[in-house]
Amino acid sequence: MSVAPAPRSAKKKSARPGGTLYRGNSGMWSWVLHRITGVAIFFFLLVHILDTALIRVSPEAYNAVIGTYKNPIMGLGEVGLVGAIIFHALNGLRIILIDFWGKGVKYQRLMFWIVLGVWVVLMAGFVPRHLINVFSEVGN
Amino acid sequence: MSTIDAPRSSPTPARRNGVNWEKWGWIYMRASGVVLVVLIFGHLFINLMTGDGVKAIDFAFVAGKYATPFWQVWDLLMLWLALIHGANGMRTLVNDYATSPRLGKVLKGAIFASAAILIILGTLVIFTFDPCPAVPADQFHLLPSFCPPQ
Ligand code: HEM
Ligand code: HEM
Repeated sequence: MSVAPAPRSAKKKSARPGGTLYRGNSGMWSWVLHRITGVAIFFFLLVHILDTALIRVSPEAYNAVIGTYKNPIMGLGEVGLVGAIIFHALNGLRIILIDFWGKGVKYQRLMFWIVLGVWVVLMAGFVPRHLINVFSEVGN
Repeated sequence: MSTIDAPRSSPTPARRNGVNWEKWGWIYMRASGVVLVVLIFGHLFINLMTGDGVKAIDFAFVAGKYATPFWQVWDLLMLWLALIHGANGMRTLVNDYATSPRLGKVLKGAIFASAAILIILGTLVIFTFDPCPAVPADQFHLLPSFCPPQ
């Protein structure tokens, strides 16, 4: 892998180091978020395969455990999970474009804002619908 | 100009001959990622956005899905691709943060073991699943409607 030189900008004289693709600014924050979301999803998946495996135990056991997914607190957790997945997926596509698309590095910062924009749109579609499902008929 | 080390460099130098596993791992993360976007977004859309969303999920719902090979293959691909992708990503984190080679070995062993066990378990679940198991009479109503009376 090549080492990205720190970009020089004559106009901006700031005390902060210039930063590279990864250090400082959006490049670093997208990387930190990508790591944290990746780890969180991994641990969820370990548990999720175990809970799905209960369909081999008995209908009663599966329904009892999957029932916990329907309570309001877990419902909020699912909003967090889906938010993490959507970010990781979109930013993952951004990483792939940086690596393979000729202009990827040039547009990486713009693509970061696009990732956040699409994230907001998808969450705006998901969250109200999910919360209505979870909070309707609470106690049933 | 100051330079920094290339990020994520392997603690052991790349081998000169034989298969370059680090390179294939790198390619795998990207190839599986593209496919996983479709599989996971589809999974979440069907299970959370259609009908009553999460409220509708129960044994009969899953039985209905696994009655078609389409969802069996879907889940099988998602299971294998996501676990290998996640485990390989966790391996990168251990390479970056483990403070001693021994700790790194232990953690990587644990990651590998949990991924392998869950891939086998999840695969068995998909292929040995019986949508109409024999159940006590009071659980019969939990089965999908297409099951014959017991
Ligand atoms: C709150 C969100 C989620 C809900 C409610 C949910 C629900 C379910 C349900 C009901 C099943 C049973 C079969 C089916 O419907 O296809 C299942 C299986 C599965 N889910 Fe999810 N899921 C969620 C999130 C995820 C995520 C984020 C991933 C991937 C990282 C994932 C990966 C899987 C896999 C691999 C299987 C198959 C397991 C096996 O082979 O035994 N799910 N999920
Ligand atoms: C939804 C589709 C997904 C896409 C597009 C995607 C994409 C990526 C990409 C491109 C990388 C970077 C690899 C590198 O820098 O060499 C990555 C890293 C990672 N992914 Fe995913 N991924 C997806 C789903 C998942 C899932 C389901 C999990 C968990 C089971 C996961 C866990 C991780 C982890 C732990 C890392 C390592 C993070 C790091 O090195 O900083 N990803 N992903």
